[in-house]
Amino acid sequence: MRVTCTECGAEFDIPDDTMVGEIIICPECGVELEVVSLEPPTLAPAPEVEEDWGE
Amino acid sequence: MRIAVLCSRIRAEEKLLLMELERRGLEYVRIDDREHVFDLHAHNYPFDVVLERAIQHSRAVYMLKIFEDAGLPTVNSHRVAVTCGDKFLVTQAMIHAGIPTPGCLLAFTPESALAGIEQLGYPVVLKPVVGSWGRMVSKINDRDAAEAVLEHRSVLGNYQHTIFYIQEYIDKPGRDIRSFVIGDECIGAIYRSSDHWITNTARGGHASNCPLTPELIDLSLRAAQAIGGGVVAIDLLETKDGRLLVNEVNYTMEFRNSIETTGVDIPARIIDYVLAVGRGRL
Repeated sequence: MRVTCTECGAEFDIPDDTMVGEIIICPECGVELEVVSLEPPTLAPAPEVEEDWGE
Repeated sequence: MRIAVLCSRIRAEEKLLLMELERRGLEYVRIDDREHVFDLHAHNYPFDVVLERAIQHSRAVYMLKIFEDAGLPTVNSHRVAVTCGDKFLVTQAMIHAGIPTPGCLLAFTPESALAGIEQLGYPVVLKPVVGSWGRMVSKINDRDAAEAVLEHRSVLGNYQHTIFYIQEYIDKPGRDIRSFVIGDECIGAIYRSSDHWITNTARGGHASNCPLTPELIDLSLRAAQAIGGGVVAIDLLETKDGRLLVNEVNYTMEFRNSIETTGVDIPARIIDYVLAVGRGRL
């Protein structure tokens, strides 16, 4: 699936088994992007880590 | 069996769990805590069991309470989430269950915290009571460092940063141990090794298999039981004189580095447990 980085505009492919909610690293600029839709494949800037995140 | 999975960000663990659900053809619905509005008066939900995999502790606690009060079985329980989300509560549970754990003090002002740190003796470890992945965990080697960290913590703005959890520093052998407990079984363990004193795999710690010994199994099961049981990961420290101490317990455990390392299909074991809970067998 072809996607576009919202930060630098790079176009790249993500695996077919990608799920909504997964985090993708842009291979061009290294920014974290969240997959927010698969139809069509769409990325958005990933949320920043907050204090109560974790396991 | 209809399963609700509470999640937002899909980490490797959530993806493995969702893939396992799909592989088995199980019916499930994802509830994204960023989008869902919870009607507190609702009693009937179109699912039979809840698997909590939220990345955000505060939201997990609220959601589990809502579903548990509506009569749904949850993995893990609200009580387990509340306890494991607060290092103080975990330590209390260990102490009162007679489980060995590092020495620990609690103080509420920078002045009393400094007195506590000097009472325990340098180095000490200062941790926020809520937090994960080793975030803001500080090893304090001397009084200068203590004063600096305490001052920084006191101006951060969140009241939780002036609850000072002060832990004895354990000079561990370049690694700690993480064991995995599901129900009444300790299913495996890993060493987390690092040149840095913080050994979390989220911070670059290297995972390798740790053989299960009777002592490790016993401590892990007792620690899990002390916080309320379920699906949990126990962090243990080895002392120079060969003792094992329970350091922390995690209730939304990350295991991506531990499947091949332990040879245990952890997501499959978790789903087995969720199904058993959903059927009322646990």
